[in-house]
Amino acid sequence: MTVTTSGGLPDRLHDVIVVGAGVVGTAVARELARHSLRVALVDAGDDVGNGTSKANTAILHTGFDAVPGTLESRLVREGRHRLAAYAEQSGIPVEPVGALLVAWDREQLATLPALAAKAARNGYHATRLLDAAELARREPHLGPGALGALEVPDEWIICPWTTTLAYVTQAVRVGVDLHLNCRVQSVTAGTHHELSTSRGLLRTRYLVNAAGLHADELDRRLGRQDFTVTPRRGQLIVYDKLARPLVGHILLPVPTALGKGVLVAPTVYGNVILGPTAEDLDDKRATGSSAEGLETLRAKGGRILPALIDEEVTAVYAGLRAATGQDDYRIRAHPRLRYVTVGGIRSTGLTASMAIADYVTGLLGDAGLHLGPTRDLDPVHMPNIGEARPRPYQRADLIAADPAYGTIVCHCERVTRGEIRDALTSTVPPGSLDGLRRRTRARGGRCQGFYCGPAVRALFEDGHR
Amino acid sequence: MSRTDRAVDVLVVGAGPAGLAAAAHLAAAGAGRVEVLEREQEPGGVPRHSHHRGFGPRHRPTTGPRYARRLAAMALAAGAAVRTGVTATGWAGPRTLDTTGPHGLERLTATAVVLATGARERPRSARLVPGTRPAGVLTTGELQQAVHVHGQPVGSRAVVVAAAGADAVARAAVDMLRTAGAHIVALVTEAIRGPLRSPSHRFPVLTGSTVVELTGHGRLTGVRVRGDDGRGTLLDCDTVVFTGDWIPEHELARSGGIALDPGTRGPAVDTTLRTALPGVFAVGNLLHGGEPAVRAAAEGRGVTGPVLAHLAGTDPWPGGGVPLRVAPPLLWVAPSRVRPDGPPPLQERFTLRTAERLPAPVLVVHQDGRILDRQRLPHTALPGRPLHLRARWTAAADPDGGPVHISVMSDSRQSAVGGPPILAV
Repeated sequence: MTVTTSGGLPDRLHDVIVVGAGVVGTAVARELARHSLRVALVDAGDDVGNGTSKANTAILHTGFDAVPGTLESRLVREGRHRLAAYAEQSGIPVEPVGALLVAWDREQLATLPALAAKAARNGYHATRLLDAAELARREPHLGPGALGALEVPDEWIICPWTTTLAYVTQAVRVGVDLHLNCRVQSVTAGTHHELSTSRGLLRTRYLVNAAGLHADELDRRLGRQDFTVTPRRGQLIVYDKLARPLVGHILLPVPTALGKGVLVAPTVYGNVILGPTAEDLDDKRATGSSAEGLETLRAKGGRILPALIDEEVTAVYAGLRAATGQDDYRIRAHPRLRYVTVGGIRSTGLTASMAIADYVTGLLGDAGLHLGPTRDLDPVHMPNIGEARPRPYQRADLIAADPAYGTIVCHCERVTRGEIRDALTSTVPPGSLDGLRRRTRARGGRCQGFYCGPAVRALFEDGHR
Repeated sequence: MSRTDRAVDVLVVGAGPAGLAAAAHLAAAGAGRVEVLEREQEPGGVPRHSHHRGFGPRHRPTTGPRYARRLAAMALAAGAAVRTGVTATGWAGPRTLDTTGPHGLERLTATAVVLATGARERPRSARLVPGTRPAGVLTTGELQQAVHVHGQPVGSRAVVVAAAGADAVARAAVDMLRTAGAHIVALVTEAIRGPLRSPSHRFPVLTGSTVVELTGHGRLTGVRVRGDDGRGTLLDCDTVVFTGDWIPEHELARSGGIALDPGTRGPAVDTTLRTALPGVFAVGNLLHGGEPAVRAAAEGRGVTGPVLAHLAGTDPWPGGGVPLRVAPPLLWVAPSRVRPDGPPPLQERFTLRTAERLPAPVLVVHQDGRILDRQRLPHTALPGRPLHLRARWTAAADPDGGPVHISVMSDSRQSAVGGPPILAV
């Protein structure tokens, strides 16, 4: 098992290098790990899932509203079934809450049957129309003026962090090399690709571009100018767990000609999120929130769920979606270059990730990569950081076996010393306190470190000594 | 999921000044088995890591850690059990709490429960400060523990942001940062008058100013501030400490179905510190946040009589009482329920907060249009500082009437501010 974060890189010829260790890159690496190939996964960041994958709406989609007939529609539909099963097997937190597209005016109400028909064209037939009375029964805290809703029962919520970690853990355990803090600076094509990175040279026969926001830049280094990624910022507000009883479903906006609205949704950690905004920007590092963005969200959220706005805010974050000006993914093989681009993976990428990985592996095979026989990977059992199943602090059996699971360090999120220790010694350990938070939730709660910050930091630094 | 069931007479949740004082006095008064649950590894609450002097009685000030140790020793000497590293995770019944600790899971049932879970400072996110999410963004509580408990380095250039009235805590943050070797770039406060005027503190105080953005990826690189003239400044720093802006740690109370006061966001209690839930009391900064430790300890002491009466069964749990409501610019009043036939609150006064500076204000107490009392305060009331209303009027309130309102009549204008129009007196 090899995970490196600094120093030189192995001088060997890889079969495949995947650039970008987000949810898509890790899924591709995991899929390739099922074949007898020499694979490396590289990322410029200090952790996996450190870009768009860590800051999204964390929804396991059905694809009901995709553009019918697109690759995205197909891969979301396939990926959803695969990820739901994989999450169950691997212990990735998921909650089958379902979604309601809430109509707030006559025009939106009139759109709902068309959305149900579109869902059917996408192969999803379980939608149902709710009248205002049933909607009020199902969501009693909705603001005044909700006229009805379209129910999409199979839109679920999921933990995006654990998903990425599960993929990469399985990949690394069967021999995929993971190199972090490794930024690809240039690519030279020849009998094989030579990648010049911030940590030295890497050589590979085949290359997969899963660089997310930077996929267009990497494409250009290989002489391709197929698309341009425009970062689309989505700001989100995370509300306190005490707000969780206010909402039962994912409350989706009805898309209209006037643009997209914002959603209100529970999270698997027991919080409520409000967002996202949609702002097209130039700066791929503009992951900050803005006063206007937060004001807009609070105004919209206050109409959807008035009581939400009085609750305490736990966190605010912003993610950048990789918009490419086309309503579909941009996955393309360049067989002569022995190169596959996985671009334009939008907010559905988490849901579709396993199907994307399968599709990309097929493209590599078509491009001449000899895949050989497939093997089954040993299942992975991820630590449970969701609220739907018992957490370690609730388990007498675990505490009896090891009192570290009875010692709560982060009080807001009830994270124990045992869980922090486990994360620090895991297959892909965190490289920062933020990475530790994504693995355990430590410091991610309402106090944001007032009570536990220095204690968690001390455990993290001890673990790195 | 095996849990051990156990019963105690009094269960105190939280071993800060209020909880320890309550436990010490209850155990000494013969309340039976008194047990304090503390989720941290050491008892003492916030004073544990407040190393400045100014704790304890005014004539004999001491440091926070000494004060914390003294209170814990008093509770133990009186016979209370103080169990650290044990968290009350939720309610299994009206006076039954589930706990987690290294020795396992328990279910504790008590005749009386005293909630003393304290308060925390709102972090940057809850204050909705925009910008990136870099390292180096702290509250005073985190800063103090980093420096004094763990000896961790903080940055080299620090900005301190003081919420209205957070003078003492902002001063503590400045001292702590200097102890840790940081240069103070500026103190930023929305208040018009700065909280730190002492000539011994040599750094810019930006009054009437708001933090509008944090910058930096990975580590903080700057804090953008806007003054009341609308002009922006980017302060170059690697650390920012958000001080004050306390919020009661009310989650356990709320998850038990205890009604909160909309102003304090702590449990609504009557003058004997009873919540709406029979057998459950609340004391200390859980009720109002940000009051000095001695005040919290006094409330802990003050709950002794009411708890003993409850244990003796001589005092049936009363109904809700009449709620107290404040009008702007007043923010809250505590306690916030009153029974006309009940005893007066601690020190026979109510504590209030104002959002605005009020020179020599007159507080008017009225119910259903009837004036119950008018009290002139001899001083200027300041945001973030307590002001007090004497409780001499409570017997005059109508137990079957509407809420009792407290509003401010400014002395200069002789007209009610924010009160109902009927108050044209």
